[in-house]
Amino acid sequence: MTKIKSLNDLRAIKASVEAKMNLRERSDAPEKLVQVKVAMATCGIASGAKAIMDFMVNELDKRQIPAVVSQTGCMGYCFAEPTIEVTVPGKEPIVFGYVNEKKADQIIEKYIKNGELVEGIIPVNYESIESK
Amino acid sequence: MKDLSLHILDIMQNSLAAGAKLIDVEIAENKTENIYTICINDNGKGMSAHMLSKVTDPFFTTRTTRKVGLGIPLLKENAERTGGKFEISSLQGEGTVIKATFVMNHFDRQPLGDIAGVIVLTAASNPAVRIKYVHSTCSGSYTFDTSEIMGVLGNTPVNNAEIISFLKEMINDNLENINYTTG
Ligand SMILES: Nc1ncnc2c1ncn2[C@@H]1O[C@H](COP(=O)(O)OP(=O)(O)O)[C@@H](O)[C@H]1O
Ligand SMILES: [Mg+2]
Repeated sequence: MTKIKSLNDLRAIKASVEAKMNLRERSDAPEKLVQVKVAMATCGIASGAKAIMDFMVNELDKRQIPAVVSQTGCMGYCFAEPTIEVTVPGKEPIVFGYVNEKKADQIIEKYIKNGELVEGIIPVNYESIESK
Repeated sequence: MKDLSLHILDIMQNSLAAGAKLIDVEIAENKTENIYTICINDNGKGMSAHMLSKVTDPFFTTRTTRKVGLGIPLLKENAERTGGKFEISSLQGEGTVIKATFVMNHFDRQPLGDIAGVIVLTAASNPAVRIKYVHSTCSGSYTFDTSEIMGVLGNTPVNNAEIISFLKEMINDNLENINYTTG
């Protein structure tokens, strides 16, 4: 039987992650990282928000983009779920709706990497989620 | 909801919105009695008796962004459809307990789904909240407790992709070790 992973293995992973973490990530300055918030209320979850969050966590890492992906509450765009809010350092947050894996891929390649806009932006009188 | 883990994700979001600092998720598989139980317990702000009486009504929510609440009525409906039951209790200032019981081998019982992902992604997004997940089967039980994880990680962020992926594997290994039911 293969060995079951344990907290001891976590110690090893922690050491390797720390060795790899660059100064930018280590500098305790989350505003320097790309931030992705995935709306995780009932409508979002029912429309696939959890899979989109998995995709973002995995793909941003694979494509070596320093980022923080997190869950957030309802943004009020039930009609457009799954929705995600993307904040690129130095720019205003932007909300994308009807996100599937294909669109999430474009958001990374076009918007996050090159600043190009992608179809499906929800600009409606938008306030950041924190102020809801 | 496609699977039970997504219901759990949804119910945990309610706990987080209620300011919980501790969320306990318990899944118990009882094959002998053919009962599958999910219990979610939080120490958030709780609900008044009035609110509690309305919360299983799909047209009730305190949120202002949408007029209907959905999460709790959906879970109740899915549990009851299998011949199981749904219980909720809450005390203002104390917290809330939700218990959904399913008839385990019923055709309409949804599969569990990616519970490891749900627990780990929620923990990674809410490092200040202690999340405890206990899963028991007739072969044994496994406890995942973020207070232990944070103890090991110290200042290393739990929302790091490599750590997220490790923690998911660790949970999945341990669930397989107790022969949990995936379907
Ligand atoms: N764990 C909890 N603690 C405190 N209040 C809760 C909790 N769960 C649900 N509620 C209350 O019940 C309401 C309905 O919940 P729910 O059915 O999930 O719909 P929604 O979250 O979309 O409003 C919530 O808006 C909230 O006021
Ligand atoms: Mg809810």
